[in-house]
Amino acid sequence: MSARLKALGEPRSIGAMTATQFTPLASTIGGVLIGIATVLLMLFNGRIAGISGIVGRLLPPYRNNDVIGAAAFILGLMTAPLGYTLATGTSVLQTVSGNVLLMVIAGLLVGIGTTYGGGCTSGHGVCGLSRLSLRSVAATAIFMMTAFVTVFVTRHILGG
Amino acid sequence: MGLLVNAIAGFLFGLGLVIGGMANPAKVLNFLDLTGSWDPSLAFVMAGAVAVTFIGYKLVFRQPRPLLAARFQLPEMNQIDRRLVLGAAIFGVGWGLSGFCPGPAITSLPLLAKGTLVFVPAMLGGMILTRLITNRGLQAKTLVPARAGEAQ
Repeated sequence: MSARLKALGEPRSIGAMTATQFTPLASTIGGVLIGIATVLLMLFNGRIAGISGIVGRLLPPYRNNDVIGAAAFILGLMTAPLGYTLATGTSVLQTVSGNVLLMVIAGLLVGIGTTYGGGCTSGHGVCGLSRLSLRSVAATAIFMMTAFVTVFVTRHILGG
Repeated sequence: MGLLVNAIAGFLFGLGLVIGGMANPAKVLNFLDLTGSWDPSLAFVMAGAVAVTFIGYKLVFRQPRPLLAARFQLPEMNQIDRRLVLGAAIFGVGWGLSGFCPGPAITSLPLLAKGTLVFVPAMLGGMILTRLITNRGLQAKTLVPARAGEAQ
């Protein structure tokens, strides 16, 4: 039983904190790269760079919506960590919760929410805000709000 | 050619996420922790991305059509409905629990963290489930010719 609980991950990793450094320059450069990628996709292919939408094109129920193009974008996305490591000689710094139950629930919520709400941080957040779409402004405000509240609850009410 | 653009755009997008720190859930969670260990970095990612896209889209939409496609494919819906509000609210909770939204999670797959390897299949499962139940995949992405159509 205890081994089984252990396999589920550390319950206390809900609300766990890992200190990170404020990186305004690197983050601005990262944002500019995301913007360039987003503009390129519209300029050449006429497509919104919304990741949940692009991933959705790879999933059933299928329709004729450039599945191969979506696969090429996703492959490019997954090549990025390797490219970063080859270019800089440093590995990608990352702290991901190892709490399996927490991550399964979070994954389900992200999958359901982005599909039901028609977009995520990129589709609504970057593309939608840039197009001054009222729907996307509302969606971005709402998911930011519930994310702030979720972190407040897990870190300062449950986790504290 | 369109495939190559997709791959390059995906790569640049992922590189931006990695360099900007969004592929690190710890950094995302600290951004979301306004009253605790707040790390404002991700506001700079967002500002950089939106600034470039805002100006870039303005220039792109002066063209009658994309360079490699017949038309711009933009969402036609403009009403804030129950689905949008509920979906965004649910997404935010998952984002706040994990520090992952879809782009960073997919980008992180080859890094093979245990949490990523369970998050992504669960996310894909949630997407398939929702698409099957709501037919959202068939309805919401009804696309219209954008500027190209209007100009005619």
